[in-house]
Amino acid sequence: MPPKELTSFKQGIKDGLPICVGYFSVAFAFGIFSVGHGLDVVQTLVISLTNVTSAGQLAAVPIMAAGGTLVEMAATQFIINLRYALMSVSLSQKLGKSVRFVDRFIIAFVNTDEVFAVASSKKETVGRRYMFGLILTPYVGWAAGTLLGACAGNMLPEIIISSLGIAIYGMFIAIVVPETKKSKATLFAVALAIVLSCIFNFVPVLSKIPSGFTVIICAGLASLIFAFLCPIDTKKEAEQ
Amino acid sequence: MNYTKFFIYIAVSAGVTYLIRMLPLVLIRKEIKNKYILSFLHYIPYTVLAVMTVPAIFSSTGNLASAVVGCVVALILALFNKGLMTVACCSSVAAFAVNLIIELIAKNS
Repeated sequence: MPPKELTSFKQGIKDGLPICVGYFSVAFAFGIFSVGHGLDVVQTLVISLTNVTSAGQLAAVPIMAAGGTLVEMAATQFIINLRYALMSVSLSQKLGKSVRFVDRFIIAFVNTDEVFAVASSKKETVGRRYMFGLILTPYVGWAAGTLLGACAGNMLPEIIISSLGIAIYGMFIAIVVPETKKSKATLFAVALAIVLSCIFNFVPVLSKIPSGFTVIICAGLASLIFAFLCPIDTKKEAEQ
Repeated sequence: MNYTKFFIYIAVSAGVTYLIRMLPLVLIRKEIKNKYILSFLHYIPYTVLAVMTVPAIFSSTGNLASAVVGCVVALILALFNKGLMTVACCSSVAAFAVNLIIELIAKNS
């Protein structure tokens, strides 16, 4: 029996709604973060509209604010977003027959962690109309959250803005901690990354290294070491 | 920041990000099987987020004390698997409370 294909635009919109709500809040925090670094509202919105990646954007803003080099920018985005390559490879197996060659260029633009997760969780293959629905709602949420966050960052009193500065890190903690509970190896990899990060921030000579490279070196090294020490069982992972 | 420089930064960051997502989706049809590459890509999101959070979180609220309190609140809630929004809001409110107390003390002294 040939696998069924999801073709409903409405179904895509519906499946994208929870992602949209989640993105709105992350993007709101990003908006505040970005104007806090001296970018204006339009610039902040343009970043979200063109990049569509939370971690990547959060790393990009300090590089822009500090006047970092383009090499630093490119290298940072490459390593932080490298995981999307894997997701795109995986998603390419999941796309149904209705997805045309040109559609792939559009879908790729909003292939985020969550969109990928929802698309992969479907039993059926995903068609073009379904995928367009699935990426539309999160994209709108991402843009709207950014815009409101950036405006709020310009209007709210200083004490509230500085307190909200922790929001995006709170979200990161909420992503990382549950995963470290599931896997000891991830816990140790994260711990090593944190130790390296502190070394690179507080040791005098190393702290001169631009922030983007610090992220690459610390996260890259910790992930590399644990990829060889504790390679994950890919079969087991696929069954989950 | 002037707009010319800004758009060059945007072109680089958005360009690299898009190419990473687009090229595999358009070109590669075979699945990656190498377990070391898969493992590396599995760890990357978590180590990246960890590096970006520590130590930056401790200077995110304008005050070390409020940042530490906000961080502890976030850790505890995350350990209980609370959602992103809950963790972020509670952590901000905790930091705000400490910032408010500090401001009141500063005014009265």
